[in-house]
Amino acid sequence: MIEPRIIKELQNLVGKQHVLTSPEDLVAYSYDGTFAERRPDVVVSPNSTEQVSQIMGLAYREEIPVVPRGMASGLAAASVPINGGIVLNLCRMNRILEIDELNFTVTAEAGVVTQDLADAVARKGLFYPPDPSSIKQSTLGGNAACNAGGPRCLKYGVTSDYVRGLTVVLADGRVIKTGGKAIKNVTGYNLTQLFVGSEGTLGVITELILKLIPLPKVARTAKAVFPKLADASQCVNRILTAGITPATIELMDETTIATIEEAMHLNLPLDVEAILIIESDGMDEQRVNQEIEAIADICRATGAREVQVARTEKERNDLWVARRAISPSLARRAPNKLGEDISVPRSAIPDAVAAIKEISRQVRIPIAIFGHAGDGNLHPNILFDRRDPVQVEKMKKAAAEIFRVALQLGGTLSGEHGVGSLKRPFVEQDVGPVFIDVMNQIKKALDPKNILNPGKVIPGPVPGGRDLFAW
Amino acid sequence: MHSGKSAWDGVEGPTEEQVAYCIRCGLCLSVCPTYKESLRETESPRGRVALVAKAIEGELELTRNFKDHMYRCLACLACTHICPVGIKPAELCLEARYAIEQVQPTPLLKPLLFRGIFPRTGLLELLTKPVALYDRSGVRKVVNALGVTGVLPSQLRDMERMLPNRLPWRGTRHQLPDRVLARGERRAHVAYFLGCVQGVMMAEGCKATVEVLAENGCDVVIPKQVKCCGMPMVGYGFKDEARQMARHNIDLLLGLNVEAIITDCATCGSSLKEYPEWLENDPEYAERAKQFAAKVRDISEFLVELGIRPPAGQVGARVTYHDPCHLCRAQGIRSQPREVLRAAGVDLIEMKESDTCCGSAGTQLITHYHTSVGILERKMDNVAATEAEIIASGCPGCQMQLNLGVKRRGLDARVVHPSQLLAQAYRKKKSDE
Ligand SMILES: Cc1cc2nc3c(=O)[nH]c(=O)nc-3n(C[C@H](O)[C@H](O)[C@H](O)COP(=O)(O)OP(=O)(O)OC[C@H]3O[C@@H](n4cnc5c(N)ncnc54)[C@H](O)[C@@H]3O)c2cc1C
Ligand code: SF4
Ligand code: SF4
Repeated sequence: MIEPRIIKELQNLVGKQHVLTSPEDLVAYSYDGTFAERRPDVVVSPNSTEQVSQIMGLAYREEIPVVPRGMASGLAAASVPINGGIVLNLCRMNRILEIDELNFTVTAEAGVVTQDLADAVARKGLFYPPDPSSIKQSTLGGNAACNAGGPRCLKYGVTSDYVRGLTVVLADGRVIKTGGKAIKNVTGYNLTQLFVGSEGTLGVITELILKLIPLPKVARTAKAVFPKLADASQCVNRILTAGITPATIELMDETTIATIEEAMHLNLPLDVEAILIIESDGMDEQRVNQEIEAIADICRATGAREVQVARTEKERNDLWVARRAISPSLARRAPNKLGEDISVPRSAIPDAVAAIKEISRQVRIPIAIFGHAGDGNLHPNILFDRRDPVQVEKMKKAAAEIFRVALQLGGTLSGEHGVGSLKRPFVEQDVGPVFIDVMNQIKKALDPKNILNPGKVIPGPVPGGRDLFAW
Repeated sequence: MHSGKSAWDGVEGPTEEQVAYCIRCGLCLSVCPTYKESLRETESPRGRVALVAKAIEGELELTRNFKDHMYRCLACLACTHICPVGIKPAELCLEARYAIEQVQPTPLLKPLLFRGIFPRTGLLELLTKPVALYDRSGVRKVVNALGVTGVLPSQLRDMERMLPNRLPWRGTRHQLPDRVLARGERRAHVAYFLGCVQGVMMAEGCKATVEVLAENGCDVVIPKQVKCCGMPMVGYGFKDEARQMARHNIDLLLGLNVEAIITDCATCGSSLKEYPEWLENDPEYAERAKQFAAKVRDISEFLVELGIRPPAGQVGARVTYHDPCHLCRAQGIRSQPREVLRAAGVDLIEMKESDTCCGSAGTQLITHYHTSVGILERKMDNVAATEAEIIASGCPGCQMQLNLGVKRRGLDARVVHPSQLLAQAYRKKKSDE
C-alpha cells in the first residue's frame, strides 16, 4: 500500500486525473501480453521528462518500486508489477519531435507507437526498419527496452541497430543524455547500448534519437513448401551463402501449418513439414526481381515441392495472410500459450525443431514452432489452459526442456522477447555466474535501492514480493 | 476478501468462456477510439475484457466506477472486428450492462427511459429539442444516476448544436402517408421501418428514403405503430424491454406480408437483424424472428440488390462519406452506400479513417462528454481535409454528431443521409423535364 500523502504528492506532480488508484484501473495495469498478472498500487502517467524525473525522485526518496510501461505487449511479463508499487505509464509521451531529413534521424518520445513513427517517416520517403509483429501495439520505449526484433531484422537488424541516442531518467531522478545524431561517437562508454535491452531495470527511457534509411521501393515475396524440414533449413543456408540477403525468411512447422489450416481454411498442404515465406526488397525493381527468382530456383533445387512467387500486391498480401494468422490460430486452439523465442545458430535449426517435437511428444503437450529462420530465432509456442494445473505443470516442464535444448545447441534463451520475470530462473544456466555478477554490479551502480522494475532479468529472490513463476 | 463468486452470479451475464481466450496481445488498442482519446488501458477493449473477467472471477465488485467503465464503450465494434482470436469486447460490455441492471438496477433509469419515453414515440416527438429532453424529461436525473458528473454549460450548447438546422414542426410520423405507390414498373412490395430518432430528427432523410424506394418501383407501406428497435434498451442493459419491442415489431411487420423490411437507420438495421439472437430462447418467437430478420435490409443494401434505376439528373457536389459503426462493422455494409452516392452522381472524396467511430454512440455526448468530443474532433480533422461540401452518413446518431462537429468548427458543410442525395438526383430529372 502506498500512503495517501504520497498519492497526493504524485497528483501534484502530474495532475489528479493522471494518477489512478481505483481497483478497475489497477486491474487494467496488472498484465502484459502473457498470462501473468499482479496489480500495482498506483498508475502514474507523466507527460514530460521533467515529470518522470520528479516521480523518480519521489520514488527514490520513499523507496517505492517503479515499473516503466509502454503498451504492455511484452511477452516476458517484464512490465507486470510483481512487487506492486508504481506503474509508470509512458503512453502519453507520444510526440514525434523532429524528423531530420538531412541526417536521416528522427527524435521522438518513448510513448510513440512504433507504427505511427514508421508511417510518419515513410511519408518523407524514409524508413524505420524494426518491425516487431506487435508494431501497432508497442512503443519505441518498449522496443528499445526489449531490443525488439522482427521479421525484417535478417537484412536490416534489430532495434539497437537504430538507436543513436537516448534521454534516460535514472533511479534517483537525474537525467542523462547518451549518444546523439552524430554517426561516430566514442566519447566515453557506450551507455546508449547499455540501456537498450535493459527492460526498465536501469533507467526510464523518455526520448530516443533513431537512425533512418531510405525507403525501399519494391518488395517481392515467395512461398515455398517443403516435404522435409531439413531441406527447408538447407535451403535457407544455400540462399544466404549464395550472397543473397532477403529481408525476411519465415518458417512454420507442420503443427503450425495444421493449426492455421484448422482455423482459417487457407488450403495449406497438410502433408509437409515446413513452409518458408521469403521476401526480397530494395530500390531497384529489376534487381529485386532477379533476387526473388534466384531464391525460387534455390528453393526448387533444395527439395521444395511447390514454389509460388507473388506477382501482384494482392498476391503478396495473400502469401502473408498465413504468416499473420499464426498467433490467432494458436489462440483459438488453447486459451493460453507460452511463446518462447529461443535463438540458435542457423545451422542448428533442424536439430532444434526435431528436439522440440520430441519434447512435445514426451511431455504430451502441443507445441507449434515457427520463427525467423534466417537468423535462427525460433518461437516454439506451448499451448495450454492455465485453469488446469496438470497442463500448467506440463507447460513449465516443456519450457525448461526447450531452454536446455537451446543451450545445448549453442544458442540462447531469448532472441527478442527478453527475460522479464518468465525466463529469469534460467538466465544463470545460459550466461554463467561471472556474467550475473557483472549485471548485479551494474544494477547496484545505477539503481542502488533496487526500485527500478525489481525482480526482473537478474536472477535472485524478489524483495518484498513473490516470484510469480517459481518454476 | 473476495468471494470467488461471479459478480453477476445467478443472472444472465458474460461468461468465462467469452473472456478466457483473450491472449492480451493488445492489437485491439490500435483501433479503439476511447483508448486513442484517453490513452488509458481501462478505456481499451483489452482493459474492458480484463474488467469483465475479474468480475466473473469475483475479484471486482460492481461499483459505480465499474459500471461507468462498461458504459464508456461506444459499441463501435472496431475491436470485435480486429481481434484475431474472436473476442467480442463490445458485446461483453453490453452484456455486462444487462447483468448489472439485473443485479443492481439504476434507480429511476428504467421507468423513465424505457417505460416513460421510448415506447411512447409520440411523447418523444414532443420533446424534439434534446436540451428540453434533457431538462424536462428527467434525463438529468438519469445521467446523474449513471454516475456521471453534472452536465457542463458547454455540453448543453453542444447538445443544441447536434440538431439539424430546421427541425420539423411535426414528427415525420404525421407527415408521411401510410402507403406510397411505385413509380414506373412495379418491382417490389416493401415496408419502411420508421426509426425513432430518424423519424423525429431527420424528417428529410425519411422522406427521401421513401421517395427513392418509390422511384425504384417499390410499393411502400409505412406502418406507424412500429416501436423502437430496442437498441437503446440493450445499450442501457434492459434486454427484457428490448425483447418486448422486438416481439411487437415482428408481429406487426411480418403480418404485412412484404418482401423486404427497409430501414435507413444503421442502428435500427443492426438491431432488427439481431432479433433472432435476442429471442433465441423464446420458443414462440425464435423461428419468426429468423423469418423477420431475413427480410430486413438497409436502404443502400436493398437498392444495390435490386439494381438502382439511373436518375437522369446528377448531384455534382463534393461529398465525403462516414461509415457508421452499425453499418460497416455490425452489418458489413461498406460499398453499397458508396454505390448509392455514385448513382446520385456526386464527386465522392474518401476521408481518412472513414470507418472510425464519430463518438456519438447514442447518448455518449450526454454521459461521457469529453471522450465523445475528443473522438469527434479527430473525425472532423479527417472530414475537413477532404474539403467536402456535403457529409453523407446513413445513421441519424452519426448525422447528429457530425452536425455538431460542423458547427463547432464553423465548416461550410451540410450533413445528409445518402438517400437525400439520390432523391435529389431523381427530382432533378423531374424539374428538368
Ligand atoms: C502479437 C505480438 C507479437 C510480437 N512480436 C514481436 C516481435 O516480432 N519481435 C519482438 O521483439 N517482440 C515481439 N513482441 C513482444 C513485444 O511486443 C515487444 O517486446 C515490445 O518491444 C514491447 O513494447 P511495449 O511498448 O508493449 O512494452 P511493455 O510490454 O509495456 O514493456 C516491456 C518492457 O520494457 C520496459 N519499458 C517499456 N517502456 C519503457 C521505457 N520507456 N523505458 C524503460 N523501460 C521501458 C518495461 O518495463 C518492460 O520491462 C510481440 C508481442 C505480441 C503481443
Ligand atoms: S480482445 Fe482480442 S485483440 Fe484485444 S487483447 Fe484480447 S485477444 Fe488481443
Ligand atoms: S466497441 Fe469501440 S469503443 Fe468499445 S471497446 Fe471496442 S473499439 Fe473501443
